[in-house]
Amino acid sequence: MALAQADVLAGLKEIVEEVAGIPAASVEMDKNFTDDLDVDSLSMVEVVVAAEERFGVKIPDESVTDLVTVADAVNFIVNASK
Amino acid sequence: MTRRRVVVTGLGATTPLGGDVTTTWAGLLAGKSGVRSLTEDWAQTIPVTFAARVAVEPAEQMERVELRRLDRSEQFGMIASREAWKDAGSPEIDRERLGVVVASGIGGVTTLLEQYDILNTKGARLVSPHTVPMLMPNGPAANIGLELKAQAGIHTPVSACASGAEAIGYAFEMIRNNRADIVVTGGVEAACHALPMAAFAAMKALSTRNDDPARASRPYDLNRDGFVLGEGGAILVLEEFEHAKARGATIYCEIAGQGLSSDGYHIAAPDPSGAGVQRAVKFALRDAELTTADIVHLNAHATSTPAGDVAEANALRAALGNDADHVAVSATKSMTGHLLGGAGAIESVFIVKTLQDRMAPPTINIDELDPAVTVDVVRDKPRALPAGDIAALNDSFGFGGHNVVLVFKSL
Repeated sequence: MALAQADVLAGLKEIVEEVAGIPAASVEMDKNFTDDLDVDSLSMVEVVVAAEERFGVKIPDESVTDLVTVADAVNFIVNASK
Repeated sequence: MTRRRVVVTGLGATTPLGGDVTTTWAGLLAGKSGVRSLTEDWAQTIPVTFAARVAVEPAEQMERVELRRLDRSEQFGMIASREAWKDAGSPEIDRERLGVVVASGIGGVTTLLEQYDILNTKGARLVSPHTVPMLMPNGPAANIGLELKAQAGIHTPVSACASGAEAIGYAFEMIRNNRADIVVTGGVEAACHALPMAAFAAMKALSTRNDDPARASRPYDLNRDGFVLGEGGAILVLEEFEHAKARGATIYCEIAGQGLSSDGYHIAAPDPSGAGVQRAVKFALRDAELTTADIVHLNAHATSTPAGDVAEANALRAALGNDADHVAVSATKSMTGHLLGGAGAIESVFIVKTLQDRMAPPTINIDELDPAVTVDVVRDKPRALPAGDIAALNDSFGFGGHNVVLVFKSL
């Protein structure tokens, strides 16, 4: 069963706060991981691995570069869970 | 052209005696031991169950996210450098004239071992992407340099337990050679982990006085049985003299010279002839344009090993001659344990404080002075130093036969 977008966003907020120290409230759908949230390439790897664990999905390395905004990540995870 | 002179304008430290310089120095003058039994379960799996952990955990001094991206040795470096930079007055400086030279003997060894455990138990996917920046020995220097945006050069000399002193010598040369006007320098170590401790124990290098940790580090005592592993970090801000004066900085003292040599004798054992140490002392005094008559204090390497302490004392007696009679020798590892790559740095901080207060710290735990020790050891209580122009030495030695001697001078 596909995950709900709102649940994925909520989970992702927690992960980004844990990994990068960005307050969960500022992790919104339109935010760019690099430019807005200051999540660097190393921290992005941590976010991806934590998201895989949490949501039970696979995020292949070649897809990670496409996850520019929070919405990109949320939508990828929702689709991957279908 | 007159030679560029180098002065100390800032100090920072986190040590087994305190989370800053002031607390550490007070503990040192009071003769406190920073050595304690380890509380971790793994301690019971190795022959030595005690060490000198830092008095204040980094978690009390740093933000959570920063903590998880930095190896413990890097955490010590950041904490000490922030204190030192603030102590120096957070100087405004052209970043192309600012350097960082910070050493570590072993680097991020706990990160390496913890991530190896993760690799074996959870698989490659969960190995942290921060592993390499955390375990590389230049990590502490690089992180400090990044925070201060230092652009004159960031360096990490590695020479085992001489690393911290060698770093300060390198920083001194950077300023003298006009590569930089300010260099943040020192050493860190965080190796209190089962493997490094088991490894040092396998060399029979560590004290095994498990029943009395606070009395285990006893340089120059007849019944010393090895060194006590310590952890922590110490940072000094070095600055070109005219630059410091021009900005109205508080100047502690001058670093006047350094002497370097190598034994060419054995990978771990000290050369009993002490020839390498004597040469390093001679070179250092010549570099500083001082003589043995000018030296009133020496913070010794003296780690509390049976062979090392006597070899060093003999070498010092030979190098200083009769002038050794007026050199107050302090072995502060009796209180801090041995910080390996941090040792030369914390002991340099102690010398700076000694010159400032004119008070040499004590050496504790000497129940019976080894009669083979022929230098004047400051025992149990601090000792006042003379007024007027005085100078002091810090000697540090590392496995591999590295000898580093630094000369500090009152201003």
